[in-house]
Amino acid sequence: MFNYSEEHAAYLRAIRKQKFWIHFFRIFLLLFFLIFWEISANFGWLNPFLYSSPSRIFITLFSLDSSLFHHIGITLYEVLLSFLASSFLSIVCASFLWRFPFLAKVLDPFFTIFNSLPKVALGPLIIIWIGANLSSICFMAFLISFFTTTITIYQQFSSVPSSYLLLMQSMKAKKYQIFWNVIFPSSLDSILTALKINAAMCFIGVIMGEFLVSKKGIGYLIQYGSQVFRLDLVISGILLLGILSYLFYLLIDFIQHFIHKKRGN
Amino acid sequence: MKPILSVQHLKKIYHTPKEEIVALDDISFTVEEGEFLSIVGPSGCGKSTILSLLCGILKPTSGLIQYAPSIHIAYMLQEDSLLPFRTVLENCLLGLKITHQLSFTNIQYVRSLLKNYGLEDFIHHYPHQLSGGMRQRCALIRTLALKPDILLLDEATSALDYQSRLIISDDIYNILKKEGKTAIMVTHDIGEAISMSDKVLVLSKRPSKVQTLYTISFPEKETPMKNRQKEEFQVYYNQIWRDLDVQL
Ligand SMILES: Nc1ncnc2c1ncn2[C@@H]1O[C@H](COP(=O)(O)OP(=O)(O)OP(=O)(O)O)[C@@H](O)[C@H]1O
Ligand SMILES: [Mg+2]
Repeated sequence: MFNYSEEHAAYLRAIRKQKFWIHFFRIFLLLFFLIFWEISANFGWLNPFLYSSPSRIFITLFSLDSSLFHHIGITLYEVLLSFLASSFLSIVCASFLWRFPFLAKVLDPFFTIFNSLPKVALGPLIIIWIGANLSSICFMAFLISFFTTTITIYQQFSSVPSSYLLLMQSMKAKKYQIFWNVIFPSSLDSILTALKINAAMCFIGVIMGEFLVSKKGIGYLIQYGSQVFRLDLVISGILLLGILSYLFYLLIDFIQHFIHKKRGN
Repeated sequence: MKPILSVQHLKKIYHTPKEEIVALDDISFTVEEGEFLSIVGPSGCGKSTILSLLCGILKPTSGLIQYAPSIHIAYMLQEDSLLPFRTVLENCLLGLKITHQLSFTNIQYVRSLLKNYGLEDFIHHYPHQLSGGMRQRCALIRTLALKPDILLLDEATSALDYQSRLIISDDIYNILKKEGKTAIMVTHDIGEAISMSDKVLVLSKRPSKVQTLYTISFPEKETPMKNRQKEEFQVYYNQIWRDLDVQL
């Protein structure tokens, strides 16, 4: 079975080689940045009090010891909760809009308004209504991500080629059969892309919420750090956030790749 | 024989906010059991529309469509519309799944069709890995899987090269005759229509009416490929050609 021609072997080698260099330069870039940052701080080209340095960040994070994981855990928990809620409800809501086009037309302007409204503005209201707690943080993140995600998924549902719908109609398929056999699987890839953005929005929402109310979480660390002017803490928090949201992205990306592979792409 | 399908004074108007398009003006014909009817006519005259009406996807503006009792219809659409995220086999089983007929014998039947049509090695491939002709065969099998009494074919061979076209025409013809199926086929290939059909319905341009209805008879019944070589073939060809030419 694995009896390649010489040309094919060369082709495969070229691909592997390119992959290697991509990884190599990624790591190189990262190391270069960190080392340059560290050196700049040590030689006084950058003021380490304002711009911190990798070693100071390391020490800062280390000194937080177990409470660090507590903060990370809280933030992740909030992100996960709001992400799952808004993803699930967005998909359900978009499905309803697809199923009832009349409803979709009626609600269209309202969705647009809610979507373009800067949700930060609702922050104070939400805190008063729900209270200064975890629920209001999650709710804020939910609000930020829900409308865009719903609109994106609904548009995807509506843009499934009409020839597929015609085919299903010719087989006398019911609406729910059309949905589960054609609409949803056709849109699955785009839904996952929408969820990647959704995850990023949830991070934004959660950090925003933590700025406003929290006593825990990475957002709180950053907020607290800026209040007592410990910029090491602020920059550490930002770095942590970057890593966490990238890991979250990778997780969804992995699922997407899995589906691509399964579908023979 | 009594008609399995009769169509009387069919009229179809498409409405859009900008205008109305009278696609079909007055179409009448009957089809008897086991018969093969071809519909030819200028592009855009409403051939696909007729099939959509017969299949029940569209409602006629006026006129009557009557089927003999308990008749199953399957429609092979102009575009193959194979779902990209389903394998060849899964695509062919789609109709059975929708109509809740996924039994072992039905699946075996589909597998045997796939085998007969040279798709056996590709049943677990995805549509984008197939050639145009293979996709077309796959779509045909998906239609046949439902074991319909009447088959509606919209340009079933248009995506194929000339040679495969002749072969597939023979295949379709043989299967339909063997299974005693009734078929209504839309085509723009006059030769294909004459060589395969018992009757050829020539439509005028939009708003379309029945221009002429030809009953095709060759001295002896043979496959489409052989029919093409007969003298009568040329006579019919010239007549229909003139019919269509007059309209341009
Ligand atoms: N959904 C629709 N809305 C409005 N007009 C339509 C619609 N579908 C078809 N038409 C119009 O009706 C006419 C007939 O269309 P139809 O697709 O039946 O033609 P056809 O004979 O199958 O053409 P072709 O040979 O190119 O496939 C065309 O002029 C087309 O513009
Ligand atoms: Mg057509």
